Amino acid sequence: MFLGKVIGNVWATKKYEALNSFKLLFVQPINSENKELGEPIIAVDTVGAGPGEKIFYITASEAVIPLPVDMAPVDASIVGIVDTINLPVDR
Amino acid sequence: MFLGRVIGNVWSTKKDENLVGAKFLIVRQIDLNMKDKENFVVAVDSVGAGEGEVVLVATGSSSRQTSFTKDKPVDAVIMAIVDKLDISLKEYIEEHRLS
Repeated sequence: MFLGKVIGNVWATKKYEALNSFKLLFVQPINSENKELGEPIIAVDTVGAGPGEKIFYITASEAVIPLPVDMAPVDASIVGIVDTINLPVDR
Repeated sequence: MFLGRVIGNVWSTKKDENLVGAKFLIVRQIDLNMKDKENFVVAVDSVGAGEGEVVLVATGSSSRQTSFTKDKPVDAVIMAIVDKLDISLKEYIEEHRLS
């Protein structure tokens, strides 16, 4: 699982059938210190996240598991919204 | 998934027999300003995309999760046609100079 920040959403009327009614969000991968890592990706939202929120997401074929469908061409999905991150002080 | 623009298609007569009937499109990756990036992929179309359209491409084993590509040798599939991008986080827009 990876940390990310939601930066916006994607409007797509024409999608693969099984994905109708799912929200697609732009996610900027970040590290635990809020620094941006690499390029933004697009992920399917399964938890009701919105722009500005810190989230964690999963990638690869596991990304289909949280969706209530058998098959869907999804390689990233948001599975949680982060409230706080606790790190040991002497890191 | 990543953003891309369809820039052409691939015709292939001799291919894996599982792929007969597939539509292959050439997709060039683009950034949030809709500017072209360097990378290209050849992706199987599952939504009826055409040249010039901005699309989302799913890659890896996830691309086998459509009724057509199930158990077939495919590693990239077009799964949505983008109508509009909405980057709504102000500080992100300013920091990355998005228009």
